[in-house]
Amino acid sequence: MSLLAPTPQVCSWTQALDNPGSLATYVANGGYQALRRVITEQVSGDDIIAELKTSALRGRGGAGFPTGLKWSFMPRAFAGDKYIVCNSDEGEPGTFKDRDILRYNPHQLIEGMAIAGYVLGARVGYNYIHGEIFDCYQIFEAALKEARDAGYLGDKLFGTDFCFQLHAHAGYGAYICGEETALLESLEGKKGQPRFKPPFPASFGLYGKPTTINNTETLASVPWIMQHGGQAFLELGKPNNGGSKLFSVSGHVNKPGNFEVPLGTPFAKLLEMAGGVRSGHKLKAVIPGGSSAPVLPADIMMDCTMDFDSVAKAGSMLGSGAVIVMDETVCMVRALERLSYFYFEESCGQCTPCREGTGWMYRIIHRIEHGQGKPEDIELLNSVAGRIGGHTICALGDAAAMPVQSFLKHFGHEFEHHVEHKRCMDGTEQ
Amino acid sequence: MANPNLNDSLPLSAESLALIDVEVAKYPADQKQSAVMSALRIAQSEKDWLKPETIEYVAAYLDMPAIAAYEVATFYNMYDTQPVGRHKITLCTNLPCVLMGANKIAAHLKDKLGIDFGETTEDGRYTLKEGECMGACGDAPMCLHNNHAMHTHLTPDKVDELLDELK
Repeated sequence: MSLLAPTPQVCSWTQALDNPGSLATYVANGGYQALRRVITEQVSGDDIIAELKTSALRGRGGAGFPTGLKWSFMPRAFAGDKYIVCNSDEGEPGTFKDRDILRYNPHQLIEGMAIAGYVLGARVGYNYIHGEIFDCYQIFEAALKEARDAGYLGDKLFGTDFCFQLHAHAGYGAYICGEETALLESLEGKKGQPRFKPPFPASFGLYGKPTTINNTETLASVPWIMQHGGQAFLELGKPNNGGSKLFSVSGHVNKPGNFEVPLGTPFAKLLEMAGGVRSGHKLKAVIPGGSSAPVLPADIMMDCTMDFDSVAKAGSMLGSGAVIVMDETVCMVRALERLSYFYFEESCGQCTPCREGTGWMYRIIHRIEHGQGKPEDIELLNSVAGRIGGHTICALGDAAAMPVQSFLKHFGHEFEHHVEHKRCMDGTEQ
Repeated sequence: MANPNLNDSLPLSAESLALIDVEVAKYPADQKQSAVMSALRIAQSEKDWLKPETIEYVAAYLDMPAIAAYEVATFYNMYDTQPVGRHKITLCTNLPCVLMGANKIAAHLKDKLGIDFGETTEDGRYTLKEGECMGACGDAPMCLHNNHAMHTHLTPDKVDELLDELK
């Protein structure tokens, strides 16, 4: 496999090769050709943004926002400092795809960020990497050194006047920094508390300068699109959902891992690639897009295809493409209790509905799970969740509320059973 | 990077300061504070945990108010502002890890070490912590040793081997 052929393995093609993350492997298979071409031929930024719009590349970090449109928001003609920032702060429970790009294909990300720097007029970029995958931070630092030494980063690239430098920044344990404005605060050396928007980062970003923030997989897809064209990328997927996407499959499957498949692939096929549901068990529920996405019962999920529009239509979100699979042994009250604890622990404390509400929800679910729930608790839980969503500066409040509302919607009978019988339903243990 | 406000008896080694200087160079000259997360990480790696004096020293080194460095040290959960054992084991217990057996590993660790999450063994050898998502769920169950070394696909036997290696 290589970057020279329009294979559906947009970001994962190097994994079939020896020394997958090395500069030598990347360059030998077409790497950095797209960067060289756009810089030396001085392809216009407008043309590249138009190509991205044709590709229907949508943000791979969770929101699914069209990348071409996001880039068009930057004041590219503004003469002062501007920044391109990569969000590799991958901490959404269930998500572990960007880790593989950092480990096995770091140069495609570097190339994508350099192209972004060229288009957006940024001379400096930062890649903010999740603190817990410190080994990937070190791998990425080594890749940066390789790229600098080989002349793919630095001053006057390919003999032109274009200069671009890129640095890695290690997080140190805060889920909230995956939110783009919290990430900027963190890059500035502060607590990671989200900023009120507007102003948006494109006008007031890092150090108050125009900044574009994209997910790792999004930026790593750019060289492929520049190599093969937006139309080819679009055709890998389906209309409005261009390309392939990495799906991280975890939980009760025989072969957990990352699988890069075209958007629009049936969930049943993805499940089969992950070895199917744990042997001897049957599918109960799936969280299709990371822990913040609403849970869906097995029957709805089995009819779903894996793309932004189809998962949204089914009542959830494709999110970051983190597919958490649960079989019939899962007690849904206990599963939700753990997720709610996560949001309580990770709320930054800035907005009252989230700071107080996440703890309140966790305490209610905890007492229901531990046989001390009261009949009115279920309504109370729904009510608290409804008063958090939409009432906070950032989306963490919504992310905490959505699991609660969806677990109650689809598995409310398990909560009622706990209140009535003070224990889990028969056959559920985890 | 000489700063006249710094005490002569450096609380950090020359090696650590050199590493911090590499981080400082990544950011614009008037944005040294951007290096505080790395500087605190490097300081913690040398000192095992962040004493108030260490945090103050890092803040002075980066020309930032001490309180701003405290805010960072207490906001991000991989910094230790209380003493920890020589070996800090942080186990992820979030949902995907639990589905893949993290609770069994947690019970085994607690039983083997005789401590609960958030505690340190009497001999100061191990601290056990409960962690949030480490972004490697496909390799669950997993833990971090002293923040930077990830151990994946844990089984009780693998845990025993790991603990034996950590003197």
